[in-house]
Amino acid sequence: MKTRVMVLASALVAMLGMSSIVSAEETMYVPIPSYRVGPYAAGGTGYFGGILDYYNLLNSRGGIGGVKLIWSECETEYSVERGVECYKRLKDREGGAVFFDPLSVGISTALIETGRADKMPIIAVNHGKTAGQRGDIFPYYFMPGINTYDEHSIMVHYIGGLEGGMENLQGKKIAMLFHGSPYGREAIAFMDSMCEKHGCSHEAIEVPHPGNEQQSQWLRIRKMKPDYVLLRGWGVMNPVAMQTAKRMGFPVSRLIGNIWSNSDEDVIPAGGAADGYQAITTHPAGTDFKVVQDIISDVYGAGKGDLQDKSRLGSVYWNLGVLAGVVHTEALRIAQERFGNRALTSSETRWGFENLVLTAERIEELGATGLVPELNLNCMDHVGGHLAKFQQWDANARQWNIVSDWIEGDVALSQSIIDAGAEKYAADNGIEPRPCSSDSNDDDFDL
Amino acid sequence: MYYREAGRLVKSFASDRRMLPLMEDRWILIAFMAFMYIVVTAFASDYLFSAILIPMMVLGIATLGLNIAVGYTGQLSLGTAGFMCFGAFAAFNLVLRLDMYLPMAFFLAGIIAGIVGIFFGLPSLRIKGFYLIVSTLAAQFFAEWVFNAYPWFLDNNSSGVVALPQHHYQVFPFQELTPLNAEFWHSYKGRYLLTLTVTLLLVLACKNMVRSSTGRNWMAVRDMDIAANVIGISVAKTKLMAFFISTFYCGVAGAMYSYCYIGNLDFMIFNLRRSFLIMFMVIVGGLGSILGSFLGAIFVYGWPIMITRLGDFIFGGGTLDTAFVENNSKIVVGTIIIVLLIREPGGFAALWNTTKQKLRSWPFAN
Repeated sequence: MKTRVMVLASALVAMLGMSSIVSAEETMYVPIPSYRVGPYAAGGTGYFGGILDYYNLLNSRGGIGGVKLIWSECETEYSVERGVECYKRLKDREGGAVFFDPLSVGISTALIETGRADKMPIIAVNHGKTAGQRGDIFPYYFMPGINTYDEHSIMVHYIGGLEGGMENLQGKKIAMLFHGSPYGREAIAFMDSMCEKHGCSHEAIEVPHPGNEQQSQWLRIRKMKPDYVLLRGWGVMNPVAMQTAKRMGFPVSRLIGNIWSNSDEDVIPAGGAADGYQAITTHPAGTDFKVVQDIISDVYGAGKGDLQDKSRLGSVYWNLGVLAGVVHTEALRIAQERFGNRALTSSETRWGFENLVLTAERIEELGATGLVPELNLNCMDHVGGHLAKFQQWDANARQWNIVSDWIEGDVALSQSIIDAGAEKYAADNGIEPRPCSSDSNDDDFDL
Repeated sequence: MYYREAGRLVKSFASDRRMLPLMEDRWILIAFMAFMYIVVTAFASDYLFSAILIPMMVLGIATLGLNIAVGYTGQLSLGTAGFMCFGAFAAFNLVLRLDMYLPMAFFLAGIIAGIVGIFFGLPSLRIKGFYLIVSTLAAQFFAEWVFNAYPWFLDNNSSGVVALPQHHYQVFPFQELTPLNAEFWHSYKGRYLLTLTVTLLLVLACKNMVRSSTGRNWMAVRDMDIAANVIGISVAKTKLMAFFISTFYCGVAGAMYSYCYIGNLDFMIFNLRRSFLIMFMVIVGGLGSILGSFLGAIFVYGWPIMITRLGDFIFGGGTLDTAFVENNSKIVVGTIIIVLLIREPGGFAALWNTTKQKLRSWPFAN
């Protein structure tokens, strides 16, 4: 009886304590706050699967500067408090996490100030609080890729291209169907400024969450007769929009989707109604890239692949995961160039992200030409990419085809709005913007 | 079991009516409070504060609020998270626009949530039971809608989530001159102390209310409202008072949820799922019991975390599919709730009372 009690008691104590794996070689620990259950699981399993597959590829080649990556997953179910709890539980494990990437605007925004206090970089690929681009006010918050304003200015530029020139946008009507949440609302003011600049007229129409009934919105669109409809959706709203558009007789080739309406999970449920649908993307779908082929042969060949369903290799979210894996590991490598080929701390990793430069040559070395865009992050610009392409869905062949070259966003127009938002945030919260000159940026890594 | 309750004679009416008539009970309470205030504050880690202690207390208060409406007065309500949302936004706007001290802001936020609660409780004068649940759901959806549609409440913040800044944490005048300044109150230790004090005051208030004529009126309305009406209790006033107090508690819990637990103001965390979760906490903890509210909150909140950590510990964290662990934890929690309610419908509070009763006659059975 007593031994049973002792065994149970020691198991309880051990369970409540921290479990740490003692390993001989140096490793860097990355917490993976994934969401593999819940309504957004399709995107989550793809994204985090891509990240883990890329990490496994690098580990099979010896890691980054000889240091391998280790990780542990924590299920957030896309909920803010679970994501925050995962962060708090995992940030000090195995010698300390190097960064935190939750792929959730709620979780990453909730952690901005916590990351600042803990000196932990919070990464939000292709999304996030737009004011966070100002790295002098948000030193520990990175949004590599494009931000919301870039998305929409690129979409308007693409429409201009379809019309034969930006000057042909004069007098055109653009409707934006947005998800009834702060994410959806974020682009309205910017679209108003864009249309003011180019002479188009813009109307924003809300679709309340979750958006599986859009009859009244599309009736309104039918009355309005816009030239183009932008889809700023999320989740089930996307396929429903395409199906309702088809029912209402709106040509789906004039429906342009944003970056969270651009995946296979958005178009496949719509079936034939999505044929010809175009959406913005920072990376193409498909397996035609050397790095993807390497993952398939080395990682899946060795049975270490993360995806259960191999037909999802090359899907939009999985490719985004590979892109994110490249971004993460390049930041670590760049930090190692400065600090030495060893396990890094989170503030050293921050320096790596802030100085993340992905040139075309480096992308070629990684085998990711065409998959990963050129990135240029610096102290004032924590987004760095501002470039995107467009892809079109072919429902018969069930694949995406790239239909444009890299288009750049209107950085100048968005900069003024970003500056206003970031400076207001700094004033409200008593944050002193740090100087971004090259000397202090170089040495001041321990902010 | 360690001290006899029999043979304690009282010498005055006041001591007869004490909340804790036994001296040992009072000593245990003082020791427990000293432990929570001194030992835990000094030695607990940030993780323990932020992910275990504070949320359990805050959810305990919300559960207590719902228990007042459901357990003591019999008015079913599923708008709990909506009222918490009102409390959180009220506190934020009061501190932001009127530069209020935090405890005062919590109190007024509770009052505002209470007034909203009276408004949504008006249908209870006409309908009961399941139909009342449906109309309190309106409060839940209304809260979600109003804070989504009017960005003014969020100070026109474009991202929809406001990180509550440190200078909001003003607890008493001239605090900047003491070590207990805004930075302290913003840290987890400070938040824990603030939550603990507010929780203690609210629990004391609730215990007193329940033992007074207010509480007896509530219980009379719950047991048979027609009989209560016959003996002269104003059923309308009692029901509305129950809604007011219940949503006051939920409002303060919501304000604490944002300020002390998450640190961000976000209406999406006060969703329908949260209302259901708090309802589960009330049912599992025990209807009509203050201790039950906290036991239910601790169990329903803490069990999934414990299962995840257990799974993490047993399977080493990296090797097992988190989806598998997650889905299984839901199954386990659900099964435990079902088994518990079959064996003991009164919830944890009833289990505790039975245990106390058995301990009184231990080692003799029965």
